[in-house]
Amino acid sequence: MAGSTLEIKNLHVSIEDKEILKGVDLTINGGEFHAVMGPNGTGKSTLASAIMGHPKYEITEGSVLLDGEDVLEMEVDERARAGLFLAMQYPSEISGVTTSDFLRSSINARREEGDEIPLMKFIKEMDEALDYLEIDKNMAQRYLNEGFSGGEKKRNEILQLMLLKPEIAILDEIDSGLDIDALKVVSKGINKLRDENFGCLIITHYQRLLNYITPDKVHVMMQGRVVKSGGPELAQRLEAEGYDWIKEELGIEDETVEQNA
Amino acid sequence: MTVDTKLPYDQSYIKQFSQERNEPAWMKDLRLQALEQVDTLELPKPDKTNISKWNFTRFKHAATGDKISSLTDLPADIQDFFDKENLPENLLIQRNQSVAYASVSKKLQDQGVIFTDIFTALQEHEELVKRYYMKDAVSIDEHRLTALHAALMNGGIFVYVPKNVQVDEPLQVVFWQEDPDVALFNHVLVVADENSSLTYVENYISNNEKEETVANIVTEVIAQNNAQISFGAVDNFAAGTTSYVNRRGVAYRDATIDWALGQMNDGNTVFENITHLIGDNSTSNAKAVTVGRGKQNTNMTAKIVHFGKNSEGHILQHGVMKDSASNVFNGIGKIEHGASKSNAEQESRVLMLSEKARGDANPILLIDEDDVTAGHAASVGRVDPLQLYYLMSRGITQLEAERLVIHGFLAPVVNQLPIDSVKEQLTQVIERKVN
Ligand SMILES: Nc1ncnc2c1ncn2[C@@H]1O[C@H](COP(=O)(O)OP(=O)(O)OP(=O)(O)O)[C@@H](O)[C@H]1O
Ligand SMILES: [Mg+2]
Repeated sequence: MAGSTLEIKNLHVSIEDKEILKGVDLTINGGEFHAVMGPNGTGKSTLASAIMGHPKYEITEGSVLLDGEDVLEMEVDERARAGLFLAMQYPSEISGVTTSDFLRSSINARREEGDEIPLMKFIKEMDEALDYLEIDKNMAQRYLNEGFSGGEKKRNEILQLMLLKPEIAILDEIDSGLDIDALKVVSKGINKLRDENFGCLIITHYQRLLNYITPDKVHVMMQGRVVKSGGPELAQRLEAEGYDWIKEELGIEDETVEQNA
Repeated sequence: MTVDTKLPYDQSYIKQFSQERNEPAWMKDLRLQALEQVDTLELPKPDKTNISKWNFTRFKHAATGDKISSLTDLPADIQDFFDKENLPENLLIQRNQSVAYASVSKKLQDQGVIFTDIFTALQEHEELVKRYYMKDAVSIDEHRLTALHAALMNGGIFVYVPKNVQVDEPLQVVFWQEDPDVALFNHVLVVADENSSLTYVENYISNNEKEETVANIVTEVIAQNNAQISFGAVDNFAAGTTSYVNRRGVAYRDATIDWALGQMNDGNTVFENITHLIGDNSTSNAKAVTVGRGKQNTNMTAKIVHFGKNSEGHILQHGVMKDSASNVFNGIGKIEHGASKSNAEQESRVLMLSEKARGDANPILLIDEDDVTAGHAASVGRVDPLQLYYLMSRGITQLEAERLVIHGFLAPVVNQLPIDSVKEQLTQVIERKVN
């Protein structure tokens, strides 16, 4: 089998002593696209953040392995260099650091000292990605995310994704705040990466993103765990009927992380 | 603790010092008058920093430096200030109190631009110097340090741009304190006459980590009607130097004075940058950055006073403090009665990198006119862990992520420096100071 494998096993995560994830199991193989859906506040971003190593989240139980390596033992930057990428729901703004300088530092972080990407090659790759994502070239010279509109921030996350070419990417609501044209462009960028070596976990609320990026598997999160998994048809049914039928099926009254089933 | 504040230099010393330099009588008298006032005047009282025990009086006063025959004879850290591939046409290097190197382009000479050391200017352009020296900008009797400065002035530069002359190439000066014990009482006088423009950049450097001495700098920058001055500086005195750095601007009608100042001293420093917007439609952008380390104590005041109508003043100060360094930013926007339609904006921010580092930002607006606009922003904080998380999530190491955030924080001022080599040099100094 090609590509990398990300295994999440019985993951429990707390924030400020409140348990939010209560045992998540999920495996993503290279070549697979998984969608994670679920009502607000059910732990989707927590899952993404915990995998990447967000400083506020504490792992109390379980494991995350990338090709058998213990991800939870790694620093955030090591996780990235091992092949993980998270497109964040709310990316930070970094004043004084241009998007272009940041991208170059990120690319060089994966390369040996003395083997930095030649400037012209970098500019060429960046320009190509900017064109592909229909992003104004001036954006590369603007400070990272500073004053970017919601949609610009999302495109910028995908720009990074395209240039960094990770093994496994997690995209947290990459479609929120995008107009319909931007949604198409962003989907085009993600699909360009689609091959047997690239695995992706797409967190979304809407079927419309999945119309452009067809997932292999769809998972539903409630109460801090994956409560149902299926194929692309599961997302379509959720779009049509909402979540009530799942709650009924599983006997869930309050789907938030406040409640235990 | 007793501190010896008695000045070791007296009347007869000053008379002789002045005589040896063949100064005009008015200059000698000005020095002697200033000396008389030293004991009666108080030290300045910068807001929130007590400087009463700082060393302003223990130093050696006079030292000379040899001429250099080629710029490549200079130590590497001084050569860093200019682009070796593309040597600046207009460069002056002051070594201790002597001119070690001076070049002025033919074009500037033909245009009547004066760019020379202060002692030569007193000989060759006496009337012009007399007209401006400690008259319109800084007064001798403001406090003990200005009086000390006037009495003991032992170096400096005079720049004069005649009416209607646009100086395209920047003027650059390096003040190199090679002797670790000698004090620098440097006087920089920059005058841009009507409808003229210039870019001036200066660098101070010393290497006295241990030896204690003093830098007492007064800089007067005069922009006559419709003159444009861009003034950049990187101050880099070593830990042994206690510094008083006073840069003062006076802008007349339609004139602009823009400051980009890097305060990178390693010793205790009082730093003030005041601009008087005298004329209608005059403008000043005062930008400064600082990095504090060790036990260093710094107090930085940026002040713009609006007298002219429709005058614009923008203050931006950013500082990074590490170890147990401490910095106070005072930002003062003052709009006088009658300066209608003026705008006073300011922003002061301190980023602290360690538990023991301290920062303070005091925004002050003093407004005596109704029809004006003003605004201020101030903050004192630490590096945002979420910013580091974001950068690191792309594979960037923590050290590199911190570096990016710090440089980013200082970028609004660094990027403003008008000479690339100086900008790079400041970036290097920042790098050295924060790591
Ligand atoms: N910093 C925090 N402090 C306290 N509670 C938090 C914090 N961050 C998240 N939570 C809580 O954890 C729960 C799960 O949040 P999470 O962001 O993972 O939800 P989500 O499924 O991504 O929701 P959405 O669809 O709205 O993005 C929520 O109840 C949220 O309030
Ligand atoms: Mg979320």
